Amino acid sequence: MDFTLTEEQIMIKKMARDFADNEILPYCQEWDAKDTFPYDTVKKLHDLGLMTIGVPAEYGGSGLDHLSQGIVVEEIARGDAGLATTLAASTLLAADPVYVAANDEQKKWFYGRMNEGDLAAFCLTEPGAGSDAGGLSTKCVKDGDDYILNGTKQFISNGGVAGLYTVFATLDKKLGYKGHCAFMVDRNTPGITIGPKEDKLGIRSSNTTQVIFEDVRVPSKNLLGKEGEGFKICMKTLDLSRAVVAAMAVGVAQGAFECAVKYSKERQQFGQPICRFQAIQFILADMAMQVETARLLYQKACALQDMGLPYTQMSSLAKCWAGDAAMKVATDAVQVYGGYGYSKEYPVEKYFRDAKIMQIFEGTAQIQRLVIANDILKE
Amino acid sequence: MKVLVCVKQTFDTEAKIELKDGKINDAGINLIINPYDEVAVEGAIQLKEKGIATEVVIVSAGADKAMDAIRTALAMGADRGILVKQDSAADEYARAVALADAIKKENPDLILAGHVAADDGSSQVPTRIAEILGLPHVNVITSIEIAGGKATCTSEADGGTAVTEVSIPAVISSQVSWNEPRYPSMKGIMQAKKKPVATVDAIAVENKVKVLEFALPAGKTAGIKIEEDPDVAAAQMADWMKNTVKVEVK
Ligand SMILES: Cc1cc2nc3c(=O)[nH]c(=O)nc-3n(C[C@H](O)[C@H](O)[C@H](O)COP(=O)(O)OP(=O)(O)OC[C@H]3O[C@@H](n4cnc5c(N)ncnc54)[C@H](O)[C@@H]3O)c2cc1C
Repeated sequence: MDFTLTEEQIMIKKMARDFADNEILPYCQEWDAKDTFPYDTVKKLHDLGLMTIGVPAEYGGSGLDHLSQGIVVEEIARGDAGLATTLAASTLLAADPVYVAANDEQKKWFYGRMNEGDLAAFCLTEPGAGSDAGGLSTKCVKDGDDYILNGTKQFISNGGVAGLYTVFATLDKKLGYKGHCAFMVDRNTPGITIGPKEDKLGIRSSNTTQVIFEDVRVPSKNLLGKEGEGFKICMKTLDLSRAVVAAMAVGVAQGAFECAVKYSKERQQFGQPICRFQAIQFILADMAMQVETARLLYQKACALQDMGLPYTQMSSLAKCWAGDAAMKVATDAVQVYGGYGYSKEYPVEKYFRDAKIMQIFEGTAQIQRLVIANDILKE
Repeated sequence: MKVLVCVKQTFDTEAKIELKDGKINDAGINLIINPYDEVAVEGAIQLKEKGIATEVVIVSAGADKAMDAIRTALAMGADRGILVKQDSAADEYARAVALADAIKKENPDLILAGHVAADDGSSQVPTRIAEILGLPHVNVITSIEIAGGKATCTSEADGGTAVTEVSIPAVISSQVSWNEPRYPSMKGIMQAKKKPVATVDAIAVENKVKVLEFALPAGKTAGIKIEEDPDVAAAQMADWMKNTVKVEVK
């Protein structure tokens, strides 16, 4: 077993870390406070090829292996989980249905637009279908050479800023999973409206909105896979993407951990730095264990993906563990800071608020345990 | 026009320096391109983007690990590299001799370097190279224009700037304020490994400097706290600065 990164992975990690240190960390508290979507920073990420890490090299993207993708997401999330969400929701989550199911012509269109700078959004969740993604009710009806889409998508990351959507809809709810279809949809298609921006607890620099489809005509050539394959495409996408959310959670945990270590050496009480107290030392040791185990899990899930080995259970283990770890570590970081941890003047309360989403989106902590248990118990 | 950039691999500027057995301990230290050299690399790449340079060649003298510094410069956009393998104990003279030899074989039109390395800070190598090769040398530049076989360089001078015109080839070393080095792009990183890097042995010459001892700088001493009204505090502070710290007034 070899835990070393390749020369490229080391360079990618350093580049993304430097970017976070110089271009994200000095500004992210302001984005958070003012609810700003940092267009300029997204443009910089695009110019460096970071917004197209999910686009294969043969289609003009950066064509990174899954482990490198995870590393990028971790490092950007160490800076700002909102920005990491924007990146991952676009080039990984929303583009993964294309990656797993599109034909060459479809890839050329979708990836081509991403290479030009379009963001993408993954439209699965609905007001009535969250954890129960199979229960979606957005309708798709075949009409000549088109499909007509009707329905409302809820909590869509990049919903209001994307130029491209991947959308899941059903031919007929009675068909259950077998009725699902997946589409690539151009934002400029008539009939699409965007709901107001969600006012969120954390990841406030990311754009989360409803996306509403009213008699939206989508050409048949935009159907991914075949009719009825939508659910399978969706599950494959989420299997891939869970490891990415795990990486994002590790980034949050790592950021909070670094802050706590630094602060514990600076803050003096009872005539000495608080890191001299064993109670603080043990918190730091626990944080280090959480961060490192979470990192090992996401990197193992990514490595399995890269080796072409089964990774469903490992992705869920990673997502669930890392989401919980991020929440624990960020909570501990606030504790190490004491009252200052509770203040917006210091960075850890933001990590604390950002961490919570890691236990919710792309399958809640409960749903992950369900997936893991199902996998363990399957005959 | 062929531009050659000398690049040194140094400790991360945030690395904690420790001594072990009387030597600087490099175990677990993060190594980077000397930040001043990074500026020179950026300057060379910008010359290429402007259509002035046709090829950017990176040369580094050092141990095998220095290959990482070369690859980083290639990821930023340089075309190829040369690693001059040399013992890490080589002094500025030995480094300059080794680099000058490699440079002569390349016969470049312009040689760029950082004006100082962030680790030993001796600021000698570019000047020595110019001397060995018999080329003009301009130091701490903040901009460069190339036209008609000449380089016009702006550099820092006491209380202002100096504009120097030299014929090229010349050795020109950069000040950090010349430019803002780019991040290597994803494409750059993926291509870096495919770019050619030659490895050559350094000419064997004796060091001219013998290091007798390494010592860490004395730790910071505690400051003082003056809790008085502003007028009294100011007087006490001035007294402390003059008589205890011995601040010189210019
Ligand atoms: C900021 C943000 C960004 C998002 N981005 C996207 C996006 O880009 N695209 C997208 O499609 N969706 C997105 N989502 C939606 C997200 O994936 C869902 O919110 C999530 O899957 C949970 O669904 P829900 O909110 O409807 O909660 P519910 O499904 O209603 O769950 C409520 C609670 O019940 C629990 N629960 C539900 N079912 C079970 C069960 N069977 N067993 C045990 N417990 C259960 C859950 O764990 C949870 O604790 C985003 C959400 C947020 C908040």
